Amino acid sequence: MSVTSDDLDHGRRHFLTLATSLAGGVGVVATAIPFLSSFRPSARARALGAPVEVDISKLEPGALIKVEWRGQPVYVLSRTEEALATLATLEATVRDPLSEQAQQPGYAQNQHRSMRPEIFVMIGVCTHLGCAPAFRPDVAPVDLGPDWLGGFFCPCHGSKFDLAGRVYDGMPAQLNLTVPPHRFLNDSTLLIGDEGLG
Amino acid sequence: MAQVGVIDRLSQSLKSIGYWVDVRFPIGKMWREHMAEYYAPKNFNFWYYFGSLALVVLVLQIVTGIFLTMNYKPSAADAFASVEYIMRDVPWGWLIRYMHAVGASFFFITVYLHMFRGLMYGSYRRPRELVWILGMFIYLALMAEAFMGYLLPWGQMSYWGAQVIVSLFGAIPVIGDGLSEWIRGDYYISDITLNRFFSFHVIAVPLILLALVVMHILALHEVGSLNPDGVEIKKKKGPDGIPLDGIPFHPYYTVKDIVGVAVFAMAFCAIVFFAPEFFGMFLEHANFEPADPLKTPDHIAPVWYFTPFYAILRAIPNKLGGVVLMGMAIVMLFLLPWLDRSPVRSIRYKGLIFKIALTIFAISFVMLGYLGLQPATPTFVMFARVCTFLYFGFFIFMPFYSRWDKTKPVPDRVTFHHE
Repeated sequence: MSVTSDDLDHGRRHFLTLATSLAGGVGVVATAIPFLSSFRPSARARALGAPVEVDISKLEPGALIKVEWRGQPVYVLSRTEEALATLATLEATVRDPLSEQAQQPGYAQNQHRSMRPEIFVMIGVCTHLGCAPAFRPDVAPVDLGPDWLGGFFCPCHGSKFDLAGRVYDGMPAQLNLTVPPHRFLNDSTLLIGDEGLG
Repeated sequence: MAQVGVIDRLSQSLKSIGYWVDVRFPIGKMWREHMAEYYAPKNFNFWYYFGSLALVVLVLQIVTGIFLTMNYKPSAADAFASVEYIMRDVPWGWLIRYMHAVGASFFFITVYLHMFRGLMYGSYRRPRELVWILGMFIYLALMAEAFMGYLLPWGQMSYWGAQVIVSLFGAIPVIGDGLSEWIRGDYYISDITLNRFFSFHVIAVPLILLALVVMHILALHEVGSLNPDGVEIKKKKGPDGIPLDGIPFHPYYTVKDIVGVAVFAMAFCAIVFFAPEFFGMFLEHANFEPADPLKTPDHIAPVWYFTPFYAILRAIPNKLGGVVLMGMAIVMLFLLPWLDRSPVRSIRYKGLIFKIALTIFAISFVMLGYLGLQPATPTFVMFARVCTFLYFGFFIFMPFYSRWDKTKPVPDRVTFHHE
């Protein structure tokens, strides 16, 4: 009953080898999917990193509130007409006046770096080394000089930002402050951390 | 008479136990193949210590690592405190931890010297390409191992170093952000990231590392060791089929390597006992503060063994460009066996151009290492750019200068009297 090499159907054998390998390969890939997917943020991580709702109905013009999102402080600032007017005058002073660096979502790439001109949302982490920039709305204070029109000042290494989070030229920080993804659910509610395409 | 009979019987029964095992497991065959009858060139010099030393450090890291794992807690809440606990409360815990931390740096010292030996004597040349490539994979696994291990103490530099390195993956177009999120398992370096890096550091990467080391040695023993003359000893065999210039690895090189281990142990102990942080080079000062996701240290620098590549990264003003060039710096080393077109292997018979090129390369690598530790001031960045150019120049121009270079005639047999 021994099989000699003449009896072998090589074509059939190659086909079976190939088919078995392919089927096995598909199985290996399919099995790999759950293992690789287990690396994605877990349900708990996603829940903790979920978008944060902020009630801005009581936010007075000129006031700033801080909320936490994904372990980072997010500043929400209500800007007055005068505050918005300072932005145009500072265009020659700031490093990236047109927000060409991708430090904000597309809908905030404008002169005031926000969806609604008056409501400015930013992550309160200095783009130099991650300190918290202080909100300094006071015009021409003693420590910041007579040219200061209000903005954010990082106490660690002295980076200055205007009221749209744009960094002044020649500062340790090279990038504008980051604008997180956000959208308005209605007139008085802001959702931070959600691109909200729908 | 009776006593001699006892000893005889005892050695007889030991022999029969050995025989019993040998017909069931090829222990004797393996011993002969890789030790007693593995013929290595008789002219190995100082530079040939570092392979066996790297193996010693590997064992040291595995043993100390196992004992550290018994007291370490891989969670963001407990990690930093558990390392302090090991340092202060566990009997001899400080010694085990310092041995592991200093061992990491010594691993890279031995591996860098071992690689430099390969560069000098052409150990990567045909037919040893796979020995070199397996070695490069060991180097990559080692970098992954060191990087993930450094996160575990959960100090400020652990945290921010990991933040910087993981965000590098974010520079890759389209998939970048998703990829770094996938690596972290969270939106920032968190407890989840720490836990998975722990798993990689204690299980996954060490297993890969061990498998690669076995393959590296098997490949080496298949083709045979090269030597400072770059002469193939297998070409000149005696009537017994043994290379005329070969000596059995055991006892000749086991004994030589034990001397190397003794000297190594002195240097190692001196640092473990008198300067375990090595002035902030082996354990950075910022790492004695617990990780704080809201506060960046003033100056983030990786540990010294990564700084040459970090300097290349920072030398390029574009983030993606920097990441690509940093990767290319490693890829170049992989390609080395095919870049070297010199008719000779060893630096002893290569000409002036190669000697100058290798010197410039070594200096630029060390300079990059120094620059990677410094803040990125414009002057330092400019220096880093020059050194990056020189680093890549060594490889890119090698196919040309290695062919133009004037070489000396290579002897038939290995030599001892050289220059």
